[in-house]
Order: sequence, then structure tokens, then C-alpha cells
Amino acid sequence: MLSDWTLWLEWFIKALVVIFALLTGFAYLTWYERRALARIQVRIGPNRAGPQGLLQPIADAVKLIFKEELVPAKADKIMFFWAPVVTMVPSIIIAAVIPWGESFTAFGREIRLYVADINVGVLYLMSIASIAVYGIVLAGWSSNNKYAMLGGLRSSAQMISYELALGLSFVTAIILANSMRLLDIVEAQKGLWFAVIQPVGAVIFWVATLAEVNRAPFDMPEAEQELTAGYHSEYSGMKFALFFMAEYQKMIVICAIAATLYFGGFREFGFLANTFFSVDYTWTLGSWQITNWFLGPIYLFLKVVVLLFGMIWVRATWPRIRYDRLMAFGWKVLLPLSLAIAFITAAGILLSDLYNNQLFFWAIPVVSIIVGLFTVAMIYRELRRKANERA
Amino acid sequence: MSLELIFFLVLALASVVTAFGMLLSRNAIYSALYLVMNFITVAIFYLMLGAPFIAMAQITVYAGAIMVLFLFVIMLLGAERLPDTQVLPYQKWLARVLAFILVVETGYMLLVRGKPQGEIIPPEASANMVDSLREMGMTLFNEYLLPFEVTSVLLLVAMVGAIVLIRKDKKVG
Repeated sequence: MLSDWTLWLEWFIKALVVIFALLTGFAYLTWYERRALARIQVRIGPNRAGPQGLLQPIADAVKLIFKEELVPAKADKIMFFWAPVVTMVPSIIIAAVIPWGESFTAFGREIRLYVADINVGVLYLMSIASIAVYGIVLAGWSSNNKYAMLGGLRSSAQMISYELALGLSFVTAIILANSMRLLDIVEAQKGLWFAVIQPVGAVIFWVATLAEVNRAPFDMPEAEQELTAGYHSEYSGMKFALFFMAEYQKMIVICAIAATLYFGGFREFGFLANTFFSVDYTWTLGSWQITNWFLGPIYLFLKVVVLLFGMIWVRATWPRIRYDRLMAFGWKVLLPLSLAIAFITAAGILLSDLYNNQLFFWAIPVVSIIVGLFTVAMIYRELRRKANERA
Repeated sequence: MSLELIFFLVLALASVVTAFGMLLSRNAIYSALYLVMNFITVAIFYLMLGAPFIAMAQITVYAGAIMVLFLFVIMLLGAERLPDTQVLPYQKWLARVLAFILVVETGYMLLVRGKPQGEIIPPEASANMVDSLREMGMTLFNEYLLPFEVTSVLLLVAMVGAIVLIRKDKKVG
């Protein structure tokens, strides 16, 4: 197998495609975010470079490349150099297991539209997400700056805390699909998205990912009022650009993961099955049999764009959460809730299998939503009580 | 030499070098990072042996969770620089003697009892991907249910203990 050079070539090309998709995605995500934020805040946003400001990312890149790079005199030089790289690499390689379509035939061979199809795909996501924290921590430490240091410490504490809830919402999807392979998880959502069967799980996943990628309202590691810019205070030029890139690539990747685990991945809506818009649909053009394989990447792209808008929307409308509340929310609310959700899902599936009764299966969303609403009510009551105590 | 052997040798070298780096570095942060790299090379060893689940668990648990906490504590206490003088002078000699004994033992085991004991299942057969995961879960929760539960209770006790230790006493009245 290892001597088959065409296989190597195929892998190489697919990896290049993923990397280029992420790089262009990053560039245009910055533009998308600035335009959308401006829109929400009744501003115009970047509109000078090119039509609708579409060349703005290129202008930014040129600016950042030519900026002077400063290294603090008392910084740990080796780590200061490596920290941006260590931040960047996981944000790219995590995309390797995300499927963006099924397969098509070209040059007499079947080409599958994913880089790696491993049976522990979800665990791979988990492990890469868990080592992504190193870059930020090391950047904070090596800068030899107390603000950067505090930013690094905050991010490590935050990412460890929210990883648990994230992992448990992965578990919920695994239980529903009965597999850890991402392709199986997508196939299992052929009829019904997991976001419909387990809406609370999807919400927990969403909140936990916001904390994992240090986005507002959980962007404590770079809270500018308190820490100037947090862990990347001392970085400039291309090294800063790498951190910036890693953050936005993580956003894209995490939205792709959310789409794969809870929103049907590269598949169409359930009601579009067997129509022209289905990924499986095959049509004939003369003597050619064409499968709609090309719709897979398009569907995934559209889902990612919609989910990214959700992230931007949250950033535009919500204030930053206080740090002790962030920790309390992660440990005292999100973790028990996600445990309960995983338990409800597992119990529902087990009972419906045992008694061969669909009623138990449909109890999953109902019970989960009740538990979710109960949690929200409890948080509300607690906040009221605290406010009354202070008054 | 097959490609796999070359890969193994490079990885083995990396693993040994990072282990030595961890021991010899006088900066606690660098030591921790060498240990992280060592864990990752061990995870790749597991992958080569056809055990992707253990490999990913190794990275998630050791490299991703435990070592991040180590780094967190080292940074929080500001204990990066180790003192250049030895705190326990006899420790060095004791360690050398013990290491020598370990090497002799390993050599003995390799040379005298190095023949494979029982049938070795080749990785291709045991790592039949999706089924192996399912089988592992079944074994873990049927055959080894009691040890598994005991371990989880042990972890729970440690967690409760930590919470009790940091809990402030409530003011009376």
C-alpha cells in the first residue's frame, strides 16, 4: 500500500485542498465578520479595497507581512518563536477527519472527499482540541509579560473546564450515531439531524465551542480592558498574524465539526432526499452517469457560513462574562447538564431498543428540553437571589 | 530495511531524546514540554501497533489534560527555574544504581525470556477498526465491570476530597 504513489499523490492533493480552503476561509472570514459586525452596529465596515471591500484581506496580509517583528528582550526566545506555530498546527490538522462529501470517480479511481477516514474520528477531534491550548499558554509564558501570562493562564483554565462539556456533547452524538466514525455520524443523520433529536446537546456543544476557541462572550484570555491583548500582547507582524489565523481557522473548523455532528454534515435536509438536490441522486447525461457528489462540499459550506454568522452575532450582541461566573457556569451548570443529557440520550435509545417502542426515542428531545428549561430557570433564580442580596 | 522499520527507529530515537531532555532540562517548563512530546511519540507507537483508541486516549488524557494542568501549576507558582545545586546529594548516586539494576533486568528479560510467550496477534487482525472499538467497550463493561467501577469511584473520592480541601468554612449565624 505504501508503495502506491498515486495514493500518496491523492492524499497530498486532498491535504493541499483542505489547507487552501482553510487559508482562504480565514482571509474571507475576517472580511465577513467585520462586515457583519458593522451591519449589526449600524456602521459600514471595510468597503474601500476592491468592490464591497473584498480585497481588504489581501491588504491586511500585505500590511502584516511588512510590519516589524519585535521580540521582547527578556522573552524566552525559543518558545516565543514556536508558540505561534504550535497554535497554528492543531487548527489545521484537526480538519483532516471532517468529511466534505462522499466520492466520485476520476482517472479510473474512486476519490473520496475526505483526507482521513479513521474509526476513532471523534476521539481524534477531542485529542487535537485538547492539545490546542499549548500554543496560547506558551505564548503567554514566553512573552515575560504579566498581562500575557495572565491571558495564558486564563485560557488554559477555561479550555480545560469547557473541554469536559464539549467531550460529553461529543458523547451524545456518538451514542445517537452508534459510531465514532464521522462518516457514520453523517450517514446516521440522513433522515433527521441530531440537532432535532437532541437540541440541548447541540446548544451545549455550541456554548462549549465558543469557550474553546476563546470567542466572545468567553474571550477572557484577550480581554482588552483588563489584559491589553492577553496572550498575544507582545506579538507583532507575521507572528501575530499566525495567532489571528489560528483563531479564525479554529472558528471555521469548529463550525464544520458542529455541522457534521449535529446538523447533518455534508448531507441535504431530510425532506430533500430522493430529489435532484440529494447528495445521492444520480442523473444521466447521454452515456454519463453523474452522481451529485459536488453538492456535498456546497452544503457543508452553506452550513458553516450560517453557523459562523451565529458566532459573529453572539459577539456583536453579548457583553463579556465575568471570569468567576465563566468558571462557575462551566463547572456547575454546563458539566452537570451535559452529563444529564448524555444519560437521557443513552437511556432513551436503550429503552426504545428494549421495548421496541418509538415512544421512548421521542422522549429524548422532550425530556432534554424540559431539563434544559429547568436549568435556565434555576440560573435565573440564582441570579435574582444574588441581585436581591446585593440590593 | 522496510519503511516501517525506519519509521520506528526515527520515532524511537525521538522518544528517547525527549525522555532525556525531560530529565536533563533545568527549566521546569521545558521539562514538561519534553514530557508532552514523549507522550505524543508513545501515542504514535500505539498507532503503529494498531490501537488507535489507546493512542487518542493517550494524547487526550496525558498530553491534553494532565500536562496542561502541570504547566498551569508551574506557571502559577512561578517555579520554572530549578536550583542549580542538588537538594538531596545522595539521590544522584541512588538513581544511578537503580537505573543500572533496571538496565540489567531489562537485558536479562530480553535475552533469557525474549521468546514470544503465546500467540501474538498481528495488528492487522486485531485492529479491525470499528469492530475492535465495540469489542473493547463490551469487554470493559461486561468482563471488567467491577474494576472499572471501582476505579471510577476512586477518582470520584479524589475529586470530592479536593473540593472538601478548598471549601471555605461557612460562617456560623
